[in-house]
Amino acid sequence: MKAFWHLVGRDLLLAWREGGAIGVALGFYLVVVTMLPLGLGPDLNLLSRIAPGLLWVALLLATLLSLGRLFEMDFEDGSLEVLATGPLPLEAVAVAKSLAHWLTTGIPLTVMAPVLGLLLNLPLEAYGVLVGTMLAGTPAVSFIGAIGGALTLRARRGGVLIALLMLPLFVPTLQFGIEAVSAALTGSGGFMPAFLILVAISLASVVLAPLAAAVALRFQLQ
Amino acid sequence: MKLIGEKLCAKRGGRVLFAKLSFTVDSGRALLAIGPNGAGKTTLLRMLAGFLRPEAGQVRLEGGDADASIAEQCHYVGHANAVKPSLTVAENAAFWSGFLGGAADRLEVALNTFGLAALRDIPAGYLSAGQRRRAGLMRLLLAERPVWLLDEPTTSLDETAQKVLAGAVNQHLSGGGLVVAATHLPLAFDRAQELPVGLSAAAVA
Repeated sequence: MKAFWHLVGRDLLLAWREGGAIGVALGFYLVVVTMLPLGLGPDLNLLSRIAPGLLWVALLLATLLSLGRLFEMDFEDGSLEVLATGPLPLEAVAVAKSLAHWLTTGIPLTVMAPVLGLLLNLPLEAYGVLVGTMLAGTPAVSFIGAIGGALTLRARRGGVLIALLMLPLFVPTLQFGIEAVSAALTGSGGFMPAFLILVAISLASVVLAPLAAAVALRFQLQ
Repeated sequence: MKLIGEKLCAKRGGRVLFAKLSFTVDSGRALLAIGPNGAGKTTLLRMLAGFLRPEAGQVRLEGGDADASIAEQCHYVGHANAVKPSLTVAENAAFWSGFLGGAADRLEVALNTFGLAALRDIPAGYLSAGQRRRAGLMRLLLAERPVWLLDEPTTSLDETAQKVLAGAVNQHLSGGGLVVAATHLPLAFDRAQELPVGLSAAAVA
């Protein structure tokens, strides 16, 4: 267990020192969301109606950018081989790295979402719900995304491949995330079911996705 | 303790690299896998570390911890050094020491042995190739593990550092450890036996 937290701590420190990945993700999120009103025109009603969906989709795209680097650096500099000979099974290594990814990408993007909500005229009562659903849904994005990061380790142009492989797997998270927000806004009482399913998706991926990621990592190490 | 390879066979990209390769390494002995480029030396080491399953044959470690895999009882030093450029030398050492479960007092020993004590607060990205190699080899001393798997360990090392490495290896051997190294250069390891790797080698044997 000590080794697990050492690994999480190292990844947090690396993210802090290198800063590039999260900077790119946050910058991308900002740019995409800023472009949307320019493209859609200044119809405030339209914008506020589609704002939750736009913020969720842009968040997924921004996260995708950083998934390619999740295992890549460790693979290239030989750390992955040493991690594989450590006291942790590769499944636990995948959990530690996905967790660190969520802490350094999922949470900052979630925190930024309400700020960007201003640009899209997001209804005032939606802010809390949006942040809540994103906090509940982004673990699934990081943990499922780790499978893509592991699968595309040796692929050239892995970034594009990750988008193709992973975006379909994010559909349930997206669906129930948006469902929860719009249910809360319309007051139809559908919020709790959608939110609980979203939490369930996240919890299931925290448990199951590392198993798949570890299989992919073992294959890449051959 | 005994590391045994039995009739190992390796295939890469559909090509047979070696077949029916058998050897035994006892405690306190070093095995030098020698052979030309592409003979399968790295493949053999990766097989011993458990990254790669042999096409045929098996790898066994007798007298080790029965509950742990060979991977958990070995240090694998590959071509890459597993050193993070944005962390300082000491931070790199501290991470691997913590992750591999080494004792805290060995950290200073490792830094001093490989002559990295003066560089401890420098980000590893600024190190030369040889210094970075030393930072990678430092891992061997951070945590105690009976089996050392070294892939071309002397790459980019100067003469002094090569002697330091040989000293560390010999000390490990006299403490009952065992070493398997892949090399095409002569290494000054005590009690070393050579194992020719490759198809032609197997045909001669």
